[in-house]
Amino acid sequence: MNTLLRHKGWTWGFRSTLLLYFLLLVILPLLGVYYHSFSEGWRLFVDSITDPIAWKAVSLTVRLALTAAIVNMLLGTMIGWVLVRCRFPGRSLLNSLVDLPFALPTAVGGLMILLLLGPASWVGKAAGALGFEIVFHSPAMIIAMVFVTFPFVIRAVQPLLEEIDPSEEEAAKTLGASGVRVFFQVVLPSMLPGILSGGMLAFSRALAEFGAVVLVAGNIPGRTLVASVYIYGEVESDNTAGAAAVSVLLLTLSFVILWVVNWVQTRGKSQ
Amino acid sequence: MNKLWITLTYAVFTLLLIIPLGKMTVAAFSGGLGELGAALSRPEALHAFMMTALVVVTVTLLNTLLGMMTAVYLVRGTWMSRGVRRLLNSIVDLPYAVSPIIGGLMIVLLLGPGSTAGVFFEQIGFKIVYAFPGMVIATLFVTFPLMVREVMPVLQEIGTQQEEAASTLGAYSWTTFWKVTWPSIRWAVIYGVVLTIARALGEFGAVLVVSGNIINRTQTATTLIYQDVENFNVTSANGAALVLAAFSIGLMLMMEWAKKRRGVH
Repeated sequence: MNTLLRHKGWTWGFRSTLLLYFLLLVILPLLGVYYHSFSEGWRLFVDSITDPIAWKAVSLTVRLALTAAIVNMLLGTMIGWVLVRCRFPGRSLLNSLVDLPFALPTAVGGLMILLLLGPASWVGKAAGALGFEIVFHSPAMIIAMVFVTFPFVIRAVQPLLEEIDPSEEEAAKTLGASGVRVFFQVVLPSMLPGILSGGMLAFSRALAEFGAVVLVAGNIPGRTLVASVYIYGEVESDNTAGAAAVSVLLLTLSFVILWVVNWVQTRGKSQ
Repeated sequence: MNKLWITLTYAVFTLLLIIPLGKMTVAAFSGGLGELGAALSRPEALHAFMMTALVVVTVTLLNTLLGMMTAVYLVRGTWMSRGVRRLLNSIVDLPYAVSPIIGGLMIVLLLGPGSTAGVFFEQIGFKIVYAFPGMVIATLFVTFPLMVREVMPVLQEIGTQQEEAASTLGAYSWTTFWKVTWPSIRWAVIYGVVLTIARALGEFGAVLVVSGNIINRTQTATTLIYQDVENFNVTSANGAALVLAAFSIGLMLMMEWAKKRRGVH
């Protein structure tokens, strides 16, 4: 048994399996999308992207994702601070609840928001009576994105807050700074890398979100159709070139964000 | 002053997480247990849950083995130069940045009926896209970083001293792995498995594109929910969603419990 296990072939087998795994699972598929969108020349790529419906879908996605990321940066800063700094009943319960949106399937998240705000619910009825439109329009889509990306900023801010030396704040207070001033001049600057990298991750995730958004959006082309749903529609109608072109745009944007986040994090560590 | 912030935090949690979850639970039971049972015991619902279970089991097995191997090689694989390892290490994170829909599209482009590989597999009678293998590949792509990212930091932290000691004392590499490395990475692997199960259970976008969402053939629990909502059959969707939510919350609680026991976080 042992001689069989010690055979040199195992080593080579494992090493080639690993490289093949990377190649087949991640590298080839990614290159495939880039290749497919440019294979018929630049013209088709540019045409696919400048198609008014595609372009509107991308710009709507960017706007909504940006709004969701900003909402999350504000909420996340507040919640992260409260969960680390305040002692109150239910704190550890809330702290565990933060991860709920990551644990729940996105389709379930979308369904929950649809049920809560939909035309049959009292929120939906009240909004309808006041002339607001929530579900199938931007507000619900932003709520879905905020829900899905909720943990990012909180989880990025918490470790930074725990690291702050309390003596810095005490020093500021002794020197006569008010609570608000201490927060903005001492606490916030140390939280900032977390807020930014968490916000960017949330933005990138919101750009990519499909499950939650497709259920609560009206998916009307040019109005409430986001990029990922547009890509799905193009795949369903067999226009893979158009789908690939928009995918390339989104992918490049996400990769740049991922790269910037890594850069911010390594810079934060080295300082 | 702090009171205000605590109240606001409670308000956000209640509005964003607790009320929606409660509302869904209430809605699922609103027609009584009978209706919930009927929605869940539809043949297509049973088949969808079976598909989900199959995908979850296959993906968890594959991702655990291959993910552990990847982590070990990325940390310990001196046969690759440092540059190659750093490159592979950054590639590991790419699936996080890829929209699930695009993940699905990639597989359709690479292995679908329009591609060379797809035509080849079709000829030898093996269907990948719009069938079970494609769904597994799509889910594997999405869950790929989870295991690697849990195991890698632990491997880096424990260092190589103990393993070197073991092999100096004459232990074979398998023995070294089982007796020395495995006990220290065990918990990281368990977290990785829980995360993989949760993600595979809830995967929607990638599976929707790759599976084609064919009722009683390739439909999973999440794509069933989508189809029910599209057909304005929200009550049935609620039943399936409640089951999925219960599973995910159960997994989350298990994870919390494991973390508390280990005293991390």
